[in-house]
Parts: sequence; C-alpha cells; structure tokens
Amino acid sequence: MKKIINNPSDIIPEMVNGLVRSYPNYLKQIEGTYVVARNDGDKKKKVGIVSGGGSGHEPLHAGFVGKGMLDAAVCGQVFTSPTPDEVLAAIKESDQGMGVLLIVKNYSGDVMNFDIAKDMAEMEDIKVEQVIVDDDIAVEDSTYTQGKRGVAGTILVEKIIGSAAENGMSLEDLATLGKKVIEQTKTIGVALKPATVPEVGKPGFEIADDEIEYGVGIHGEPGYKREKLVESKKLVEELITKLDASYDGLSGKKFAVLTNGLGATPLMEQYVFMNDVLNKLEEKKANVLFTKVGSYVTSLEMAGVSLTLLELTDDEWLKELNDSANTIGWGDTNVR
Amino acid sequence: MIRLIQLDGVTQMLDSKQIQKWMQLFAKEIATNKEYLSDLDDAIGDGDHGNNMDRGMIAVIENLEEKNPTEIADSFKVIAMALMTKVGGASGPLYGTAFLEMAKAAQNSEDLAELIAAGTAGIAKRGGASAADKTMLDVWIPTSEVLKNGQLTAEKVDSFVESTKDMQGKKGRSSYLGERSIGHIDPGAASSGMLFKTLIEVTK
Repeated sequence: MKKIINNPSDIIPEMVNGLVRSYPNYLKQIEGTYVVARNDGDKKKKVGIVSGGGSGHEPLHAGFVGKGMLDAAVCGQVFTSPTPDEVLAAIKESDQGMGVLLIVKNYSGDVMNFDIAKDMAEMEDIKVEQVIVDDDIAVEDSTYTQGKRGVAGTILVEKIIGSAAENGMSLEDLATLGKKVIEQTKTIGVALKPATVPEVGKPGFEIADDEIEYGVGIHGEPGYKREKLVESKKLVEELITKLDASYDGLSGKKFAVLTNGLGATPLMEQYVFMNDVLNKLEEKKANVLFTKVGSYVTSLEMAGVSLTLLELTDDEWLKELNDSANTIGWGDTNVR
Repeated sequence: MIRLIQLDGVTQMLDSKQIQKWMQLFAKEIATNKEYLSDLDDAIGDGDHGNNMDRGMIAVIENLEEKNPTEIADSFKVIAMALMTKVGGASGPLYGTAFLEMAKAAQNSEDLAELIAAGTAGIAKRGGASAADKTMLDVWIPTSEVLKNGQLTAEKVDSFVESTKDMQGKKGRSSYLGERSIGHIDPGAASSGMLFKTLIEVTK
C-alpha cells in the first residue's frame, strides 16, 4: 500500500482539517464532530439539506456543501457510514425551523444510521424527511438483495434539491421532488483497478492487468461481468446498451449526462470516454441538454468511470442543474 | 442483578461488574481477531468489520470505566451508546440497537435469556433481516433459543457461526454477491459468536 497518510486511523480528522482550513470562506467543521457545514455567511431562511456517508468518495459529500447545494455533510470513516450522533449534529446545524431533508445513499449502514438520527431529531421537534438514492442499475432491485446502490447520480440529486431549497421549496415538496429525480437517475460503471482501504491495507478485489469489470460499486462491490480490456467505444456501447434497456429506449428523450471518474482515471481518458458517449447518444437520437465530466464521486484510487443519465422529465430540473452553486466541488455551471 | 441458567441447571447471578468483565473479554477477543474479522468481511463485504468493532469496543470499555454504572440496565445503555456512536457502518446501529433493547428489557426482567431475546428482536427490526439471511441474526436467534433452557455451549455457538457459511446473503453488502456469498462465514455472525462465547466464559 502506497498512500500519503500518517496513522491510518487519523485520516478522517486530518482530512476534514485540511479541507476546512483550505476553504475557510466556504466551509467550517462543527466542533467535536466530522460534520462539515457552510461558512459563507450568505444563508437565507430555507429548508436545510444534509447528506453524508463513508469517506473515500471525495469531493462527495463535503465538497458539495455551499449555497445552492448542501448545508452540511457528515464524513464517516473510510467506506463506513457515519454514526447517528454525527448526523444529528448536522441536522441541528442546518435546521432553521423549516425542517431538514436528508439525502442518503442506499447502503444498509447509511440507511440505518440516518434513520436513527431522524428519530433522534424528531424527538427534539425538528421536522426531518429523507430520500434514498439508488441509481446503480448494475444491481437488480429485488427482495433478496439490499436493493440498488447509491452512486454518482447522487450529485445530480443533491444539485437539483439544493437549488430548489435555495428557491424556497417546502420540506414535503423537496422530498417528493427528490424521489421523482431519483426515479429518473440511472448509473452504470466499469472498473479497471481496485481501491485499497487504508485501514485494510490491501485491494478490495483482485483483477488481472488486462481485465475490466462492469458494474462494480463505489466500495468495490462485485459487478455483473468481467472481460478483457476493450477500447473506449466498446465500453460505451456496453454501458449505453444497459442504460437504453433500463429506460426502455433513449430516442427523443431529454437527458443530463454525467461522466464520473472513480479516482485514478485521468480527465484525459474521461473526455475520450465522454466523446464516445455523446456520439453514441447522438446515434440513439437522445436529446442531451446538460453535460458534466470529472471525478465527483470517487472510490479512493479505483480506476474506471461511471456513466449517469438523468431523464429530464421536468423542465425545471435543467434550470436547477444550471443554477449557480457556490461549492468547491461542483465547479462552474450553465455549460450549454 | 440478572440471572442465567447454566448447563448444569444451576442459576448464576450476574451483576454490573460481571457485565463489565464480559465486555472486557469480548473487547480482547475482538482486538485479537481484528484481522480475521476484516478478512471475513473482505470476502463478502467491504473488509472493515474488525477495525470498526475494535474501535467500538475500545469506546465501550472506556465508557464503562468512566461512568461505572451499577444497574444492569445502565450498563447495557452505556454499551449501546458507545457502539451506536463509535462503530458506524451497519454493525454500529445493529449492535447498538441490540444492547439498547436489552437495556429496556432489563427494567422489567432479570432473566438474561429474555434480555437477549429482546436484543435479537431489536436487530431484526432495525435491519429488516430474518433467519437464514446470512447475518448476525443467525447466531442471535438460535443462541436466544438455547439460552432459555440453559443449553448454551461454546460448541453450539461455533456451530451457529459456521451455519452461515452455506447460506446466501440476502441483506447488506453480501447480498450483492448472490450465490457467490455461499462458502464464506458472515463476519457479523462471527463477531456475535465471540460475544456469546465470552459470555459463557464469564459465567463459568
């Protein structure tokens, strides 16, 4: 294991410190916790938006804290859900009397810990609603599994909800909006190399130098198919075929498209991949209205990419995606 | 004080000091087997169960020493809060809920078997799992059954842990593996086995 770290068990406090000290105009740490909250002083009265999860996916979630996206993010241990007391601290920080919406990725640990925190907050008379993001179509949703996982599509959900909250939407309406957006968000990924959790010290899975695996999760959960490395066009073909089937066809539909690097894949390769994606979507007669490329939901040093489509069934969503967000992670917007 | 019927039919009484002793033995067992638990988790989950439980049990021992509860219900509550706030992941809320339900049950019952049955029900409710889903419940459910008749032995606990090997994961991360989860012991079942074997040790 080769990593720029000190003691593996100090990674989270040191990472959070490094982050908030680098961007004090944007972020602050809630004392005694690993909760990162807004520090921009531009806060209006609105519904609080809180997300969080295991660390190792940076810039998710703390990088999306700021005006127009999240009010606070909870940083768990690497690939491990944060605890309910930490989530509660984020809820309390974000509540301005209009309630708080939790955006949770669909993993058993996250769902349970956020659920306990929601109960604890309600005991303190804070209104809390939650939406569960499950955009990874690599996993079938059945009663025999945990269900689909939450992956890169999470940032599109956070962006749309964050913007709607900034524009004054109520807690109940935000929860409904979140569920609608999640239903239209679908992601599928491919991994080239595994990630190593620092405290574990060895890669999460083994894969030969010339092999790739489709559908790997952002914690190295197994995918659905392994094969020899193929060129970018072929990768795109496989992933778009999956997405096409999942949407019952792409032709004539309006989409936001996100190419997301998993950590170790350079932007250069991500642009090559996105070029093929856009060609393929053109060929399929899909109408692409929003595009984004970069490493936003990473999996430590995993190599690979994921492709997310969000069908824009509501015109407001495009506006909300294009609204400015004052965060360190989202970057400039309104690209089209 | 709570009572536990032993194999030989003798009823053993446990006080909060012995609960503390039980937790010390459990913490030591977790620390010793940290890598083993993480290796089990590596095969069907994300490889951090040993580290997470170790972090939680260190907090449990610290909090028990600091707060030094004298009532059994308080002991279980201290344990529950430490696990809930220090472990994270899925194990934190599940173990935390189990001990919290045991704390609640201890207010009306002095029978450890009843307490552990309440803890088992708490785990099932929180995680939504059932028997044979390849989870910690596959140790908690049969253990709470045999405890009622004073039939708990280390061999039985081992066999409950071992039984998860042939099961297919239906909850949590192992469920993503489907049939490929068969052939591996569930890490939560393994740590639960350590919990109950150290209970046997403390009541010897």
